[in-house]
Amino acid sequence: MSEPTARTISDDLLRPLLRTSWRFYLLVAFLGGIVLTGLCTWIYQMWMGFGMTGINNPIFWAFYITNFVFWIGISHAGTLISAILRLVNAGWRRPVTRCAEVITVFALMIGAMFPIIHLGRPWLFFWLVPYPNQRMIWPNFRSPLVWDFFAINTYLTGSVLFLLLPMIPDFALVRDRTIGLRSRIYGALALGWKGTPKQWHRLESAMSIMAIAIIPVAVSVHTVVSFDFSMAPVPMWHSTMFGPYFVAGAIFSGIAALIIAMAALRKFLHLEAYLHPVHFQNLGKLLLMMSLLWAYFVFAERLTIWYGNDTAEVAVLNVTQQGSFAPLYWTMVVCNFVLPLFILSQKRLRTIAGCVIAACGVCVGMWLERFLIVVPSLGHKFLPYAWGHYRPRPVELVITISTFAAMTLLYTLFSKFVPIISIWELKVGGHDVHETPLARSEHAVGELRP
Amino acid sequence: MSAIYALFTSPDAAQRAVRLLHAAGIGDDRITVVTGEPFEEHDFARRDRATWMWYIAAAGGFAGLAFAAWLARLTELAWPLPTGNMPIVAWWPNLIIMFELTMLGGILATVVTLLVTAKLPSKRAGIYDPAVMDGNILIGIENPPDVATVERALSGGDITRL
Repeated sequence: MSEPTARTISDDLLRPLLRTSWRFYLLVAFLGGIVLTGLCTWIYQMWMGFGMTGINNPIFWAFYITNFVFWIGISHAGTLISAILRLVNAGWRRPVTRCAEVITVFALMIGAMFPIIHLGRPWLFFWLVPYPNQRMIWPNFRSPLVWDFFAINTYLTGSVLFLLLPMIPDFALVRDRTIGLRSRIYGALALGWKGTPKQWHRLESAMSIMAIAIIPVAVSVHTVVSFDFSMAPVPMWHSTMFGPYFVAGAIFSGIAALIIAMAALRKFLHLEAYLHPVHFQNLGKLLLMMSLLWAYFVFAERLTIWYGNDTAEVAVLNVTQQGSFAPLYWTMVVCNFVLPLFILSQKRLRTIAGCVIAACGVCVGMWLERFLIVVPSLGHKFLPYAWGHYRPRPVELVITISTFAAMTLLYTLFSKFVPIISIWELKVGGHDVHETPLARSEHAVGELRP
Repeated sequence: MSAIYALFTSPDAAQRAVRLLHAAGIGDDRITVVTGEPFEEHDFARRDRATWMWYIAAAGGFAGLAFAAWLARLTELAWPLPTGNMPIVAWWPNLIIMFELTMLGGILATVVTLLVTAKLPSKRAGIYDPAVMDGNILIGIENPPDVATVERALSGGDITRL
């Protein structure tokens, strides 16, 4: 296997931009149809009122808030992982970073929509924005929902810039490789990039600073999301460990989403020469580590509540482990712990297919985890006469499904118009060593060669 | 504007050419280097490294912090909402806003510094050749003082175009 040259790398990674098959249009039409259905359903819900959902006293947060927490968690795939790998200068990060950063941006956009959908009257969402207005209505800075506004918008702004900056040299490459309108559009996006040493140094300094800044922001975002719950005196929510528990879960689901996205890109864009099995093995090991960390948090949380034996909290504990939510709870345990542990702890199973199966399980499991945090606690608060049940209605199901289609659609369109692997960073990866990719093995995590 | 440039296929050849230009009395400020990727391991790409970007980012962070403290305090005093037995100006929750806007200030200051110091966006003035995007390294001189000397320096090995 020979090292790809600069020209080969450019040719391979620009191929999806320059050639379009009928399958692309078919996929876009299919996904677009689902997204359109979701939009129509949302309009229908607004028209008919929030009573179309299954949300009712005492369960005022359900599918939409579950989706909000889930998608914000998925967003931790990208910028956080990419920033950490950049800072530790992990050689194997190069083909992975942009695939990951894109997930962050789109997942944040989708996640941030859910509080607006959940408002029922989404046209009033701007009441969260802190600006002086003639009615003297000011947001309450002591409300976690306002913290959400600041945290999510900071992370979204930072993530978009963290994604965009390293794309400038690649836009310049596309500008120089194309003609006509396409060249002019990419030329405008390239901002007149030439590639002088000064520009490269400034770009790399900016990326280093942003990598340092974005890590605590990413941690803060999911901590603040956890504060939406833990600031409330609700059984099994009011916990000091919710912050780190949510952050660990977010990174866990984020890595799983990244593995699935990379496997799809590898298969459909024929990127086998760039996304090697070792990338999946490394991410598989990270996923396994996060699975163990997640299990540790769940155990610590459950043991403390069981041992404390507070009536209200034990009621929630029992309903999830033995009551009506038990099938979902044990499915979650299998998906988040048993399946990844079985597959990813064995080297022979830690293949691309194995990692994808484990990752799919984790995505399902983490969605269930979010649901089981939100609904059982609200349904079983302190006074048993006020307990209630929740069953999702079709509008909630359709909108939820459509957001998964929206994520896939946005990712598909992005990979059609932008090189999904950072071309210049990949070329830099070939500078430092003159070994073959096979010998180098792209720095397999945890496996030191003699 | 007249210019002479050469496209080198290897960084070592580009480095040799830059050394010959230096030997001919031409300083870095007159030599144009354009590459399709950064070459940190070669001297010709190591110039212009010094930057105030880290300090400017820190200043941006401080500006964000100050703005957040002002905004939160102003808001709480302008519309005093008693909430959960907390003081009207409650610094524990305000710290969250202050942290987020500190980081946002740092990030935005970084990006603005990048755009200003790297002169982006700009019209591509000066020497440029799209072949650099295929891995070639452009070394050139604008308005060369002595064309023959510059041509001699640039006409080393591994050259694709002069």
